[in-house]
Amino acid sequence: MKQIDLVIIGGGPAGMSAAVAAFDSGITNLLILERDAHLGGILQQCIHNGFGLHRFGEELTGPEYAWKYEKLVHEKNIPFMLNTMVLDITPDKVITATNVEEGIFQIQAKAVILAMGCRERAKGALNIAGTRPAGIYSAGTAQKYVNLKGYMPGKNVVILGSGDIGLIMARRMTLEGAKVHAVCELMPYSGGLARNIEQCLNDFGIPLRLSHTVVEVHGRERVEGVTIAKVDENRRPIAETREFIPCDTLLLSVGLLPENELSKTATVPLDRITGGAVVDQDRQTEIPGIFACGNVLHVHDLVDFVSEEAEIAGKSAAAYINAEEFDSVDVALHTDGKIRYTVPQRITQKKNVTVFFRVADVYRKVTIKVKDGDKIVFSKKKAKVAPGEMESITLKPEAFEGAKELNFELEVQ
Amino acid sequence: MTYDIAVVGAGVVGGMIARTLSAYKLNICILEKKHDVAMGASCANSAIVHAGFDAKEGSLKAKLNVKGSEMMAEVCRELGVKYQNNGSLVIGFNDDDRATVEALYTRGVANGVKNLKVVDYEELHKIEPNVSKNATCALWAPTGSIVCPYELTIASIGNAMDNGAALMLDFEVADIKDENGNYVITAANGETVTAKYIINAAGIYSDAIARMIGDDSFTVHPRRGEYVLLDKECGNLVRHTIFRTPSKMGKGILVSPTVDGNLLTGPTSVDMEDKEDKSTTAEGLGRVMKEAIENVDGVMFNKTITSFCGLRACGSTGDFIINMPTDRFVNVAGIESPGLSSAPAIAEYVTDLLAGAGMTLEKDPSFNPIRPAAHAFREASMEEKNEIIKKDPSYGRIICRCETVSEGEILAAIRTNPKPRDLDGVKRRTRSQMGRCQGGFCSPYIVELLAQEMNVPYEAVTKFGGNSYVNIGKTKEVK
Repeated sequence: MKQIDLVIIGGGPAGMSAAVAAFDSGITNLLILERDAHLGGILQQCIHNGFGLHRFGEELTGPEYAWKYEKLVHEKNIPFMLNTMVLDITPDKVITATNVEEGIFQIQAKAVILAMGCRERAKGALNIAGTRPAGIYSAGTAQKYVNLKGYMPGKNVVILGSGDIGLIMARRMTLEGAKVHAVCELMPYSGGLARNIEQCLNDFGIPLRLSHTVVEVHGRERVEGVTIAKVDENRRPIAETREFIPCDTLLLSVGLLPENELSKTATVPLDRITGGAVVDQDRQTEIPGIFACGNVLHVHDLVDFVSEEAEIAGKSAAAYINAEEFDSVDVALHTDGKIRYTVPQRITQKKNVTVFFRVADVYRKVTIKVKDGDKIVFSKKKAKVAPGEMESITLKPEAFEGAKELNFELEVQ
Repeated sequence: MTYDIAVVGAGVVGGMIARTLSAYKLNICILEKKHDVAMGASCANSAIVHAGFDAKEGSLKAKLNVKGSEMMAEVCRELGVKYQNNGSLVIGFNDDDRATVEALYTRGVANGVKNLKVVDYEELHKIEPNVSKNATCALWAPTGSIVCPYELTIASIGNAMDNGAALMLDFEVADIKDENGNYVITAANGETVTAKYIINAAGIYSDAIARMIGDDSFTVHPRRGEYVLLDKECGNLVRHTIFRTPSKMGKGILVSPTVDGNLLTGPTSVDMEDKEDKSTTAEGLGRVMKEAIENVDGVMFNKTITSFCGLRACGSTGDFIINMPTDRFVNVAGIESPGLSSAPAIAEYVTDLLAGAGMTLEKDPSFNPIRPAAHAFREASMEEKNEIIKKDPSYGRIICRCETVSEGEILAAIRTNPKPRDLDGVKRRTRSQMGRCQGGFCSPYIVELLAQEMNVPYEAVTKFGGNSYVNIGKTKEVK
């Protein structure tokens, strides 16, 4: 069995950034395993711009952003294997993978970084009534057909869900000559970025129907239309508001799910809310030496933050391999429900810790409070927070010195 | 050429009959109106091999169910089809249910079902801990089993073809004429086939086929059944197939593992008129979810993979309708539940009918009952897999991530009888696109493989034939 210090599962933005950071921290015996035919992951089909503003101060397309890291991987001669699918990871870090050249092979790693990304929630999970014709795609699948394969899935489109990929695809399909009749969103607010609503819908006159859902699909062979309806405050469709929209395509952008099948084989405990691993500030999971970063850990809004998080994981994995020692603490982070989750969920070292989180609803004029019992150890005001945008705060070690638990609360005025 | 036998309908019944008859020196063709086999009730049902205690004593259903159930393990072994003898439980919640459970026990014993037992609360929850705590008794049928219905159909037709049978897809029988002792069968598209005998296994359309030779002695109507299928994470929730005690309200919603490791819940039961309407309804799916949760604790519908609807072919007599209105035409109609369980026995029964009507049945010494299992690679050891990958590296490339299906397996399926010609056909043969992402990641690649193997343009590939195009054309060229 091959012995490799650090194996990174996934060569997308998270995997590449983690590999580069680990390499720069002195880990040279490392390997990226990528299931696709290229590095860069899903960025390769994201040909729109808007990537890299935080990280590089310029607007890049997905492939351009990916190339920034791919170039580093090549320059540093970081080894990677393409078209290689990891089938299993054991808790003691034996990785089983397969590809055309080697067949099924195993690697014993000292540390593993999980960077498998996420997948889209599929139509089946929604239990939409009606027929099951061709013409129903998740937005990302349609994006692949259009941007990578050069084929049009359809020309009269309704989109369910206003996640970012859905918004991006509303614009893409329009630019390719299709007519997007509506974007329906079950919630009273969009789950996507505000700038995408503006640039992808408003600029093209595509209606966003908030508090609306698709209640029935029509058409036996190919989609012939959908019935949409407004929903009440309990998200139940209101029968009188049913409306038929003729179309040949239904795109779904109804949520992203971290792809943690491999984490489960390694018995990594997962967070029920994020769908990703429970981690500390180093992005180390509850299994020592197994780290996670990027969308497999929690779904990010911007790739810039994925790269940042992956650097933490890369550096920490290097420190783990080198058996570095730290001032340890043990603080569990809890949330009040208005704040849905935090990443990390636990602090184990005395150092500055940036905590990322998402909120459950759109709230205005809020104060983010972090409490140790009744003591407020951090507080910050914000004009508006929304589920579509990830928030973060940085805690200094003084904030959690001596604490066992910290509560993250959102006070709404 | 004139075929000895034309089987109308490539479902599990037509498939098992064709396969059984292909053991004799006969020229057989199978006529199917859809783009692939197993497109009717055979692709959307409860996937259960019933023990045989449901049907009325003395009925054809009872007789063929018990016999078919006994034959199923061996048939599945020969055809390389997944089959699991997991046992079934009919659970009861009150005194009325208890009486029904006792009555089913008595009927089952009369039908010849082996090892039936009525169990009480304690034993029930010992053999199946996640059954609702409100359930007080059950009929335990250790011979109850599960099988994959479309896999069985595909394998039986594939085996019939390997033994010489011809399959004609997109052949919608529109007219049958009896000319000089031969039937001339004309399809909607004008093609014709001549055959001495016809076996009418046309499912919900078998009444229409019978009428083409002047037999209007029965009708068939569709009865809708809606299902919700859950993720493999939930497949171990129960080991047995859990039925609710039948009541005036019908047979109720079952909860069962599948041979592929998912959890299946359903079906509803609503009589319909439209024979093509396989749409699901909000009410139907709601009922499935509500009752499944009543019967078994811990059914998690947030782990839903998909929901679907099947149409049972309900005959007007209440029993299977298997008869010969002429001495060269066999009706095999009204094959509703327990049709899948009975299919192997139906095939033997039909063979006997034909022999009785004077057909010459001479064993074909070259008949090979074995069809290699489509899932052999999946179940091989790492060493065995590496031997295969060494010979054909495409087995090392994973195309479907969720179900871990390799390019080699997909190509093998596309090249094996009966060859799939669309995305859903590849799905039913390989399990690709059947996992959590429902083909989101892999379908663009599978379209490519299908286009390449069939030598057609990328945009010509469909989901299930007809107008079900996956793409409508190249970007920049779509008007």
